[in-house]
Amino acid sequence: MVEQTTERSPWRWLVLGLPLAAFVLMVGFLLKALFSDPTELSSALVGKPVPEFQLPDIYQPEKIYSEQVLKGQPLLLNVWATWCPTCRAEHEYLNQLAAAGVAIVGLNYKDDSRAKAVNWLNTLGDPYVLNLFDAQGDVAIEFGVYGAPETFMIDHHGQIRYRHVGDVNERVWANVLEPIYQQLFADYQAEQQGGGA
Amino acid sequence: MIRKFFTATFFSLAVVLLHAPVGVAHAVNLQAYQFDDPEREALFRDLIDELRCPKCQNQALSDSDAPLAKDLRDKTYEMVKAGASKQEVIDFMVARYGDFAHYQPPMKASTSILWWGPALFVVLGVTAISWRVMQLRRRRELEGDEQLSAAEQAQLERLQQELAKQRGTDTERAE
Repeated sequence: MVEQTTERSPWRWLVLGLPLAAFVLMVGFLLKALFSDPTELSSALVGKPVPEFQLPDIYQPEKIYSEQVLKGQPLLLNVWATWCPTCRAEHEYLNQLAAAGVAIVGLNYKDDSRAKAVNWLNTLGDPYVLNLFDAQGDVAIEFGVYGAPETFMIDHHGQIRYRHVGDVNERVWANVLEPIYQQLFADYQAEQQGGGA
Repeated sequence: MIRKFFTATFFSLAVVLLHAPVGVAHAVNLQAYQFDDPEREALFRDLIDELRCPKCQNQALSDSDAPLAKDLRDKTYEMVKAGASKQEVIDFMVARYGDFAHYQPPMKASTSILWWGPALFVVLGVTAISWRVMQLRRRRELEGDEQLSAAEQAQLERLQQELAKQRGTDTERAE
């Protein structure tokens, strides 16, 4: 038996250590992935102006809105439909937000019928300052919508600042959306005062 | 013998892997998408295989029956019919749904691990193996140079003689 006492390479710790380091890194990476929601995609539109569109009002088919209605004040654009159970779950909270003075624009996404959507608003309450009716879902594609509900936060220049996928509830509002909304509102007010002076 | 086995295994695996992505099954009915120009049709087929349904995570547009996948197929059809190039359609989808929408992610800092990760693993593996082989070879050479002590030499000869004697009796018996 020949013992390897004389020629231990200084590199041997590297050979042992590298796989270990790679393993630890991999575990960290996978562990993080394990607790993240794979269905939550980052929006490609954050930081971009709202896309151009022409859509009718949900109550009055002859009334056509353009993307200009999303400019002028910070607001929430909420994508909803009557076929979407989570939309029903968040609706009451949207009513509360509207009552607290938050401007919410609705984007009705591929609903079964206009009558059904209007009926929903009449029975559950209408938190929206106005409601866009996107029967084909074309405008939703322009916004990169892949499900409902989704909520976009849009600043007073009409730039998309944040996109939330899933329902808006008290926790999400307090932790995520409200700080952004406050920021957008502060920017808006600062500009109003700056412009007025 | 063993080498032959490994070579055979390697080649059959390679053949299987090379053919795997070919037969992509279409779960949805594409009859509605009619083209006059076969080139446009081929482009459309390519695109819906390459574009990913944002709703259904791991299905191509051609493979998903989600309503959104149908909408995006329609959009692709509309664009291809109107004469859009492949890149134009891909850019359209990526601008709205992000890099996720395309099955070939672009080379970026955030996607570099996808591009270089496999190569990195191969390099690491080859380095580790060759380092180990070199170390073993060096050790063997060292052992080869080692001279047996007189006592070991004597023991070796005795064992060899014994072995030869054993063989001798075995062959006699066999005859």
